[in-house]
Amino acid sequence: MKNLFDWLDHRSGYRKITHEALFENIPGGSRWRYVWGSTLTFTLVVQIITGLALWAAYSPSSQTAWESIFYIQNNMWCGWLLRGIHHYTAQAMNILLVLHLMQVLIDGAYKAPREINFWFGLVLLLLVLGLSLTGYLLPWDQKGFWATKVATNIAAITPFIGPQVQRIIVGGSDYGHHTLTRFFALHAGVLPGAIVALVVGHIYLFRRHGITAKQPLRQPDAAFWPDQVLKDAVACLAVLAAVLFLVLKNHGAELGPPADPSDSFSAARPEWYFLFLFQFLKYFPGGTEAIGAIYIPGLILGVIFLMPYFGKWKLGHRFNLGFIYCLLAGASLLTWLAIAEDRGKPDIIAAVKETERSAERVKELAESPTGIPATGAVTLLRNDPYTQGPKLFAKNCASCHRFDGHDGTGRPVSDPETASDLKGFASRQWLTGLLTPEKIISVHYFGGTKFKDGRMAKFVGKKLTAPSADLEKVIAAISAEAGLKTQPASDPDMIKVGTTAFKDTFNCAECHQFHSKDEDATAPDLTGYGSREWLISMISNPKHDRFYGEKNDRMPAFGEEKILDPASLGLLADWLRGEWYEATKN
Amino acid sequence: MSENQNKTGRRGFFKEALALAIGAIAGVVPAIVALATFLDPLRRQSASNNGGSFVRISSLNAVPNDALPHKFPVVADRTDAWNKFPNVPIGGVYLRRTAEKTVEAFNAVCPHAGGFIDYVPSKKCFSCPLHNSQFALDGTISDPKSPSPRGMDSLPVEIRGDEIWVKFQNFRAGIREKIAA
Repeated sequence: MKNLFDWLDHRSGYRKITHEALFENIPGGSRWRYVWGSTLTFTLVVQIITGLALWAAYSPSSQTAWESIFYIQNNMWCGWLLRGIHHYTAQAMNILLVLHLMQVLIDGAYKAPREINFWFGLVLLLLVLGLSLTGYLLPWDQKGFWATKVATNIAAITPFIGPQVQRIIVGGSDYGHHTLTRFFALHAGVLPGAIVALVVGHIYLFRRHGITAKQPLRQPDAAFWPDQVLKDAVACLAVLAAVLFLVLKNHGAELGPPADPSDSFSAARPEWYFLFLFQFLKYFPGGTEAIGAIYIPGLILGVIFLMPYFGKWKLGHRFNLGFIYCLLAGASLLTWLAIAEDRGKPDIIAAVKETERSAERVKELAESPTGIPATGAVTLLRNDPYTQGPKLFAKNCASCHRFDGHDGTGRPVSDPETASDLKGFASRQWLTGLLTPEKIISVHYFGGTKFKDGRMAKFVGKKLTAPSADLEKVIAAISAEAGLKTQPASDPDMIKVGTTAFKDTFNCAECHQFHSKDEDATAPDLTGYGSREWLISMISNPKHDRFYGEKNDRMPAFGEEKILDPASLGLLADWLRGEWYEATKN
Repeated sequence: MSENQNKTGRRGFFKEALALAIGAIAGVVPAIVALATFLDPLRRQSASNNGGSFVRISSLNAVPNDALPHKFPVVADRTDAWNKFPNVPIGGVYLRRTAEKTVEAFNAVCPHAGGFIDYVPSKKCFSCPLHNSQFALDGTISDPKSPSPRGMDSLPVEIRGDEIWVKFQNFRAGIREKIAA
């Protein structure tokens, strides 16, 4: 064995290198304050290892990026753990960078002859921030997509070269396949390559000038190995433990709903470590963004780069420390302001809730027997009544109608309720309300419409004052037309009796048609009432003779007037009817 | 050696061991997780490995009763990681109608190295364009110089009414035995 090592040493000289690496002298002995550089090297190695494994399963294109990460997260061995470690180690790296920078500044390790190494460190800091920025887009979820859109638009306001820089980064004028391939090349190739090269230089320069020991020295000098290595190893383990704690607590990294450029996303916020910049930009009115996004950050970086020169004077060193403390305090304040500002906003809260709902929903759809189509998971949400129904309702119906008192998405509506509340439309419960004297004239039914004083309301007010078993059967018969999934099927005898009572007992057929032709009918045809076809036709054109005809009260003909396309009409009808894919619960 | 030195030596060794152990734990945990995800394909079973399933290939009328091979695509549902593709080509078979209601089926993949075998009408034989393996019409090796370790992989056929159904499976290449891939 010894011979083999001798042979190897003769060829490589590894003993000398190892000796130099391990037995570096540390004046004053090992200390906990020196661990930050090692923890950063450790996190870099963790990111490279986990990043390579993620790379082996990731597919950068706008139809496969989210999908491949979904697969890593939910289908691959330890995939959620792998992605979680990568995600939270990236966050830990940003904190460790600040700690390392602070230690270097406080201990005066940036002063001559260590200027170049300080600059290496600053460039490394910027490159790691670049990794965070590029990595955030790669899952191609709503959050990453919109946050990156903002970031690249900020790049575009750089004087002179901005638009060109943006085009090069984005890979064209629009966000798509090439945005992902480029961000991925930066994230997994260019930036890590540059970082590894600079880290080698950083460590070489650090060794060349030796450690800047904190004065006064508390103990006799010692070698790097084993005392400092032990402290470094404990610190690295602590970082890993913190990362694993966060991964387990949050069940891995979050994966939002897939990016959809056509869907608004008011909860778009950068990751927490960029929130201060996000908040800072709010204070620069239109046309002056470049000052907040480029000039001031550039100036601050310029000052930090020049710190080794200021540090030559005692006062300069104090200025440097004061500057960095102010900077940290300012960034913390801005971060806090950004969080506090969002905390109370109902719109943000609703948008965050909606995003969480979509994220859960797309998971359910992706795991359905039909799986993810080649067009990508975003199609699953676009064709899903459960997702689109509330949005379509909020946009097109909620200015008059309500859904359980809100606009369909859970947001309150400020306009008065001037048409019926459609939650449970055509169900027995809904119809029972309609056929109750005090309810039909309430705003939940006809109260806000001109039908409040119409024949139907008068009929209900006069004739349906007492509870009646026959009325229940009529309701069951009409409701059965809808064939709602949420309603248990009523028995055929009951429906038969109800249909007869419709005509004979209550004389409904005087105005309504119900499985019989009547040219003189003046009220909506109840044949197929609440069925998909009935609803689509009704929303398409309520002025049609089959529905309200000339009596129609303000409701637009959404189909006839081409306000909604056939697909949207179908989604809206399905959602109102409660028809959407539901995973069978085991 | 004085007692003091001995103590320092022992403490030094303890520190060294501890530094190594803690460093190793910190390094190994992420590496194991990365390796686990990387090795995920090992636990996935292929459709062939599950015994394959009968797939409708064509109608009986589409295969002339001439005892010659005719190439057909195998169209079935395919799962490719996260995507599910309904009705896409997943392979090819040669069908050979040897009697009115009798059909033979061969997987078109060469058992040598997985090339797609051609049928050469002028020589009335199968030939792999990659390493020149030659097979007779019944799928057996016809040229002893062929590098293929076994004849073409035959597949079970069922005639259902006037439709030809084949139990489609792929087999491991490069070995003598016919083992599902």
